[in-house]
Amino acid sequence: MATAKTAKAEEVKKTTGLEEIHPMEDLLRMDRMPHIWCPSCGIGLAVTAFTAALEKAGLDPNMVSIVSGIGCTGRVAGYVKLDSFHTTHGRPIAFATGIKVGNPKLKVVVFSGDGDLIAIGGNHFIHAARRNIDMLVICVNNFIYAMTGGQVAPTTPLTAFATTSPYGCVEPPFNIPYIADSSGAVYVARWTALHIRRLTKSITEALQKTGFSVVEVISPCAMYYGRTNRLGDGLDLMRFYHDNVEIRHGEDTKNLDIGFQTKIVCGTFVNRDRPSYMERYNEWAAKAKGATK
Amino acid sequence: MGGKSKGSDKVKANPKEVLTGVYYIDGDVASGFGALAAGCRFIGGYPITPSTEAAEAFAKVAPKAGAVFIQMEDELGSMAAVVGAAWSGVKSMTITSGPGYSLMQENIGFGAMLETPFVLLNIQRGGPSTGVPTKTGQADMMQSRWGAHGDYEVIAISPDSPQEMFDYTIKAFNLAEKYRCPVMIMSDECVGHMTEKVVIPPADEIEIEPRRLYTGPPDQYVPFKPDEDLVPKMARAGDGYNLYISGLVHDERGYPVEPSAFKAQYVRRLVDKIRRNKDKIIELKEEGTDDADVIVVSYGISSRVAVKGIEIARERGIKVGNLRLVTVWPFPDEKIAALATKAKAFVVPEINYGQIAFEVARCSHGHANVVLVPHGGAGVHIPDDIADAIEYAFKAEGKIERVIEFKTRLERTVFEEGYTLKE
Repeated sequence: MATAKTAKAEEVKKTTGLEEIHPMEDLLRMDRMPHIWCPSCGIGLAVTAFTAALEKAGLDPNMVSIVSGIGCTGRVAGYVKLDSFHTTHGRPIAFATGIKVGNPKLKVVVFSGDGDLIAIGGNHFIHAARRNIDMLVICVNNFIYAMTGGQVAPTTPLTAFATTSPYGCVEPPFNIPYIADSSGAVYVARWTALHIRRLTKSITEALQKTGFSVVEVISPCAMYYGRTNRLGDGLDLMRFYHDNVEIRHGEDTKNLDIGFQTKIVCGTFVNRDRPSYMERYNEWAAKAKGATK
Repeated sequence: MGGKSKGSDKVKANPKEVLTGVYYIDGDVASGFGALAAGCRFIGGYPITPSTEAAEAFAKVAPKAGAVFIQMEDELGSMAAVVGAAWSGVKSMTITSGPGYSLMQENIGFGAMLETPFVLLNIQRGGPSTGVPTKTGQADMMQSRWGAHGDYEVIAISPDSPQEMFDYTIKAFNLAEKYRCPVMIMSDECVGHMTEKVVIPPADEIEIEPRRLYTGPPDQYVPFKPDEDLVPKMARAGDGYNLYISGLVHDERGYPVEPSAFKAQYVRRLVDKIRRNKDKIIELKEEGTDDADVIVVSYGISSRVAVKGIEIARERGIKVGNLRLVTVWPFPDEKIAALATKAKAFVVPEINYGQIAFEVARCSHGHANVVLVPHGGAGVHIPDDIADAIEYAFKAEGKIERVIEFKTRLERTVFEEGYTLKE
């Protein structure tokens, strides 16, 4: 693989004989680096957790498809070395439904942002959960539309500033785990990008489930959300997570609203089993076949 | 499973998917059965009148053949799922009409950009907006060509009977696989709901175009490197190639690129792979055009009505030719241009206020007059109107440098008082 090595890495190799290799190199498209994300953005951390979880879950990477929509997180599919699909805005879950039903042997992961999955793609989110399509949805929530320059999102906390809510957001935000839970998801968790170890564990568990699983990742966006709301740089945002996250596994998802600079409840909230869409469909199809005999 | 037939890449249809027999069914149902016979394994759709019977027909027979009909939450999701299913390796299709077709446009463009083979059945109804849901129209023809943003080409075919709905649904799948592009079956409510005899032949009489899968050395696969006919070989998710498929303009590897040279190269090929192969794609039905004074150009249900109109005009002693566009897109520019130098005029009856008539005028290069016979929709033409338009075109003197709109009986009645059409 044509990996772009830095001059420094070349020098290290010359003097020590050691080669600088990214630990996740096998699962990343190194020939597409550097990535487009800003310094201190949390998406890279979420990708790291995902690639680590993929190894831990013991899945054959050739049988995993990753689907993203549009936005900062929408670029994830293009940096991960799986079958990668960078689709249209809001439609990755619907696209992934086609992949999964077309070839049920594939493991399908949707990796996208809050605007893509919960605003423009909200309808697909709830219906895929209702059908219990076997897919993992990793939703990076940075409270804002970052790719387009910091506009208000359906996850922007009430009163928070955004470029299109210059006097403070007047709309209450969605509580993503609550939507996922009430729509039928079999696994629902939320972590911040600071909780790498716990996030990795949750993604690993979710990858091993059969059914619609959702992992929300609260991600710092210092460039837009942080700057517009004068919350400091990436480190300040991470420090806020450190001081203000409460881990409450099994918490009722109704109680997971996020306000402006209020406490953020994290944990694994839902872990249950119910028949997936393909399981039910195959059962019904067998009956249909029997009916004609 | 079907085996390879001699002298062709095509294979025979799978007997499990062909409901061989003689039926008395409507066009919608025939298309659903055609999809199954073509090897379609996935239809994602959203119910919309007057297309629902096609979805229902497929949903009923699909599980027995290992195929799936999934009723999505909306048309945006339907179209996205159809593109996704295609990349998982199965033949896929969606079925829609009117507003549903409008909602699908973004992902049609996405599918075209990714060179995804899929079929879209549009049972056109009266528009705009909610329009007349239960009655016919042909006003989506330009939308089928230009519906999504950006440059791309599609193939559109327009059947005029339930038998053709079966036959051309199979052909649509074959074209989609051969040219890796969206193929639209631009039918309409009349053909969709018309019940006639449909003969479904045995599987070994149906030829199926298989997917153009890459079979060379795995490390040498370049996903968007075209073959000689400008169409690249395809791979499926799970084949181990780590595909990178993006709606961004991309290079041959699939990696996003921005320089205009790349865009020109890529988008030019998207367009050229259809344009340069159009002689192989286009199917026309032509009768009596050699020595005709007036040639009727029609498609879909309007071509059924035109047959009668032509008959009446011939009884009036006019030499009339009949050119039926089975393939509407890509448009037969050269054919129209050639006929324009021979005939005096073209008459184009269509259930809209002028879409294909303007294409005919464009290709006539001023050599022949073009008479549009419009119909507002929710019904079809009266054959006498077409005959009168033919007579008018025959008698009109000199070159008229615009598309002439022929006023039908309906239009004259409606606009007699109040709103007047000034000539």
